[in-house]
Amino acid sequence: MTPYIGTAISRIDGHAKVTGGAKYAAEFNVPGLVHAFVVVSAITKGSIARIDASEALRVEGVVDVLTHENRPRMADTDDAYKDDVAPDGTPYRPLYDSKIMFSGQPVALVLAEEWEIARFAASLVHVKYEQEAHLTDLYCQREVAFALPEPAKPRGDAAKAFAAADVRHQGEYYVPIEHHNPMELYASTVTWDGGGKLTVYDKTQGVQNVQRYVCSIFGMKPDDVRVMSPYVGGAFGSGLRPQYQVVLAVLAARALERPVRLVLTRQQMYSLGYRPAMIQRIELGASAGGTLDTVTHEAITVTSQYEDFFRNETTWSGLLYRSANAKYTHKLTRLDLPTSCDMRGPSATTGVYALESAMDELAVALRLDPLELRLRCYSDRDQNNGDLPFSSKNLLECYRQGAEIFGWAKRNREPRSMRDGSELVGWGMATGVWEALQVPITVRIVLTANGHAEVACATSDIGTGTYTIMAQVAADALGLPLDNISIKLGDSTLPQSPVEGGSWIAASVSNGIVTTCNAIREELLVLAKNLPGSPLANATRDEVTLLDGRLVNRRDASRALSIAEVMRVSGVDRIAQEKSTSFANDGKHAHNTHSALFAEVKIDEQLGVIRVTRVVSAVAAGRILNPKTAHSQVMGGVVWGIGVALHEETLIDHRFGRVMNANIAEYHIPVNADIQDIKVIFVEEQDNIVNRLGVKGLGEIGLVGVAAAIANAIYHATGKRVRDLPITIDKLQR
Amino acid sequence: MSQKNKYAQAPNKLSVALIVNGTAQQLIVAPWTTLLDALRDHLGLTGTKKGCDHGQCGACTVLVDGRRVNSCLSLVVMRSGAEVTTIEGLATRDNLHPLQQAFIDHDAFQCGYCTPGQICSAAGLIAEGKAKSDDEIRELMSGNLCRCAAYPNIVAAIKQAMTVMAGKS
Ligand code: FES
Ligand code: FES
Repeated sequence: MTPYIGTAISRIDGHAKVTGGAKYAAEFNVPGLVHAFVVVSAITKGSIARIDASEALRVEGVVDVLTHENRPRMADTDDAYKDDVAPDGTPYRPLYDSKIMFSGQPVALVLAEEWEIARFAASLVHVKYEQEAHLTDLYCQREVAFALPEPAKPRGDAAKAFAAADVRHQGEYYVPIEHHNPMELYASTVTWDGGGKLTVYDKTQGVQNVQRYVCSIFGMKPDDVRVMSPYVGGAFGSGLRPQYQVVLAVLAARALERPVRLVLTRQQMYSLGYRPAMIQRIELGASAGGTLDTVTHEAITVTSQYEDFFRNETTWSGLLYRSANAKYTHKLTRLDLPTSCDMRGPSATTGVYALESAMDELAVALRLDPLELRLRCYSDRDQNNGDLPFSSKNLLECYRQGAEIFGWAKRNREPRSMRDGSELVGWGMATGVWEALQVPITVRIVLTANGHAEVACATSDIGTGTYTIMAQVAADALGLPLDNISIKLGDSTLPQSPVEGGSWIAASVSNGIVTTCNAIREELLVLAKNLPGSPLANATRDEVTLLDGRLVNRRDASRALSIAEVMRVSGVDRIAQEKSTSFANDGKHAHNTHSALFAEVKIDEQLGVIRVTRVVSAVAAGRILNPKTAHSQVMGGVVWGIGVALHEETLIDHRFGRVMNANIAEYHIPVNADIQDIKVIFVEEQDNIVNRLGVKGLGEIGLVGVAAAIANAIYHATGKRVRDLPITIDKLQR
Repeated sequence: MSQKNKYAQAPNKLSVALIVNGTAQQLIVAPWTTLLDALRDHLGLTGTKKGCDHGQCGACTVLVDGRRVNSCLSLVVMRSGAEVTTIEGLATRDNLHPLQQAFIDHDAFQCGYCTPGQICSAAGLIAEGKAKSDDEIRELMSGNLCRCAAYPNIVAAIKQAMTVMAGKS
């Protein structure tokens, strides 16, 4: 039997998704459902002076209107509102009191027998506010930004080395606020199961996080709240923390003792988390020979007034390239916005964009091919962390294969030197890097005598392919056909899993499955040894493997027993094992994934219209469990990178503190016509250190570096360097 | 007349008959009900998705009398007598529609949320017979957003289905 791991299997949930059978959070229709609609704040800062819901309450079909004045009891401590991944601060409490902290904050919840009635009645809720002056503009606040603890230890003397360097580059780079905009609207359906028990169908990346959060806010027992998310219509980080709609839906269900559904509108989703806007300053100093002497990377980012969210944008710079001197600074501004949050490739998407743009500028200053500069600055150690070697790093092969397939050698280094008819042609490249993270996880497997196994873990599949890779790994480890494996996930009652994010689930859950399968195999072996005349009587546990439905001695394949036979004769009809796996770090290696990106743009010389005609992404991310779903993840990341480079920007009218383009037509994301040729290559990367299977995760790496490769290609095409994203036509023409 | 009716109220309900996936349906709905909400909330056909409710994303695409429409922009009472096909109505009992199979084969989705709209839109596109080249497919499928960004695989899937369907007719 050829192994399933490494094979391009079609998604096992594909049938459900192409037939409409897959049910998302807003799609559990239960009898007696009450529909909720949120009324949101018209001001950005201040307080609610008065809410008049009388007109709304008179509409036939309206059941109730909940506000901070009449809602049922909720917890009154900050701790109760801290979810598993909350940053430091005072978490926002939906519908808690009269205070307004951001535009679009919920102020009332209309509950009605039909959704349209709830929406209509919401327009009849009248709110009077006491308004206060607000601040939403990062640029106005940059001088008062406060410094965060040093992101990593500096090395050498960066300022001195910069002053002494043969060739210097410094630049300031800007990335605006971006919103995740998963296609599925944020929604929760809460069923009232009697006896005060609730089932919550929620759009989330972590059912157990939501379950704990709901229990702590409402003082409920763990057994009384079950959170489910069998399918999630994309999330990209927006579902790591529980969102306010789940609190309001549960609040309403408890108030009415009825099932309740709350679906946010697309516009309302712009008051959830977002990728923080970011001003970055980079200084690079190099020798005339093109090796780096020094890197300084500063970032100023954005959070709310009530929580300090930040990630580490800056230290990628001193990780990716060898440099004796490095210094990092990170500052934060508190604005009257909701708390920022993780969005695909958090910190690296933005930090590496700035670094890789600056490296391109340095290459220009050095009159060096940008790929050649990367090779001269290549680092095989993590200098930020005690100069550790990497568990594996096949970035050189990414550069080599990516450049070859792209045809990089044919590039003319001069800007504006390549054209195709009326279009200027530009070729740019960049490097990507991410961490190979892994988290403790628990997997339960039940093997039945008919040769089927059910694999269960409370993780999520947000489109990443988790269902499929779980089945592949289990099928291989149990020696069963793929069709005999069923996967259960997205249910808080299943064995423990942290939120799905940071590209850590594939590595964690796949190794977790192997651990539990090993326990199953050992239990089978004990049974097998006890059978009369057993050919495995003397086999040790390491000698035995599960293959093609049999327990086989590796050394002597003739010594084997069928699994079904062992279970039948032993009188056992099911074997259940639940095992936890954690990942000890040996402290001697850095764990990272890498990529090399090559991009071609064509730009109409007269009109400035930019097309990304080709991208090659060569990725080194350890063992690839499923080349088909892996390809989709990385390809999706490349498209996101095109969005970051050319399209995406949440625009705020700072006079009102309100998002101006809070819809999916004016917040631009790439559409089909924007996307042309994307090639994804996975280079061989064996890693025997990072974990047993050598898996390193893929969700983020596909995006990191893409925006820089495109920005660099645009410079090469036009000779114009635009340092604030997105690169729109007007900026090119300025 | 109750006291309530002196104030702003929901409009009176109307009756509408239409054929959904080959089955005659009679609905009593308020006139402000969209075709999308009628399908999802009244008929339990949740395969059709809501991604914006504003005609901006294409997740709600269904076929009305064989043409693709954004069901969120269509009031169901205006579709009296229409034949509506949703994602639930594309497969036969034994076989997936060639587009459905092609979407699986080419991994033309990740989260799957835009997928029913993409498939219905592609069915409409093929029926229109306008798209021949990759560029034309891309252009004419650009009303269907995919945040997971499966676009190149969607194009490949549509091409496969076009070939399969051409062979059959
Ligand atoms: S839901 Fe109809 S176009 Fe978005
Ligand atoms: S598959 Fe997720 S939005 Fe298209």
